[in-house]
Amino acid sequence: MAKQIYFEDVEVGTEVGPLEKNPTTQQLVRYAGASGDFYQIHYDKDFALGNGLPGVILHGALKNAFLGHLMTDFAGEHGWLRKLSVQYRGMDQPGARVVARGKVSKKYTEGGHHMVDCEIWLENAKGEKTTPGSATVILPSRAAS
Amino acid sequence: MTLRYTVARACGNKGSSRTETCTGDTEKTMANKYVTDEARKQIGAVSEPRTYEVERGAIRRFAEAIEDPNPLFNSERDARKTRFGAMIAPPTFCRSMGAPIPNIKLDMPTFRGLDGGSDWEYLVPIRAGDRITVQSKLVDLREAAGRLGPMVFAVIETTYTNQFGEVCVIQRSTSIRY
Repeated sequence: MAKQIYFEDVEVGTEVGPLEKNPTTQQLVRYAGASGDFYQIHYDKDFALGNGLPGVILHGALKNAFLGHLMTDFAGEHGWLRKLSVQYRGMDQPGARVVARGKVSKKYTEGGHHMVDCEIWLENAKGEKTTPGSATVILPSRAAS
Repeated sequence: MTLRYTVARACGNKGSSRTETCTGDTEKTMANKYVTDEARKQIGAVSEPRTYEVERGAIRRFAEAIEDPNPLFNSERDARKTRFGAMIAPPTFCRSMGAPIPNIKLDMPTFRGLDGGSDWEYLVPIRAGDRITVQSKLVDLREAAGRLGPMVFAVIETTYTNQFGEVCVIQRSTSIRY
């Protein structure tokens, strides 16, 4: 298990990630199989082109999963991802690197929990945020342990 | 989103070959074309509940597909030593449970669908071996005038409840039809 981050370790502005992903068409097929989403725009190039797309595109839900991965890595084994929100604003295609990033926007205590809100996003090679979102994690506190 | 790539086609569905006919201010001032008062009566409609058994292999295959090597999602041996006591599902694993959706009737001749995004709340971990009952509800149905003509936004809330009656996950997803 990776090193645990504590509530006391983070401040507003603390960076989350980055987590680099290099999705391939093979990954899209594996994701289709694992998730049960067999919409052809994610693996059939002719079908995608026929739908006015530039080629096959990543499942929005796969990008959601990448941002989930970013946040469960950040929360660590003793933390807990409490909320995750994503909006699909732009397309991403296999063969192009995407990077999941975030930064802490707020830290506070609520109901005895040490909470951290984060702005998160997935960005493409041009630095465009194709999938912005937000997340809230509960982190362990050194004071409480 | 994919909208700008599909302008001609989306308009073509409505029998027009000119994109201009799909835009303009006139539609913004008109009453909703598809989300009528009658259609909005469907808000609150629920799907049939469905129970899904969370298999360890399914969790691992999902984690492998998203390339997340976290031992909590991949290693029974490691996960058992943690406070969870078992392998748990990654945050978006619920996507694989094939949530039934309420049957929404809309008088659209044809439409294209887009996934707008999701909001998730995680309350209780989902562990390998859990039996999760999934139920969805239409919580909002609205229409907005887009550059491509009317766009319908349907917000569906899906609740994932374990065999002990604990609500584990609440998902609110927006699907767009245009």
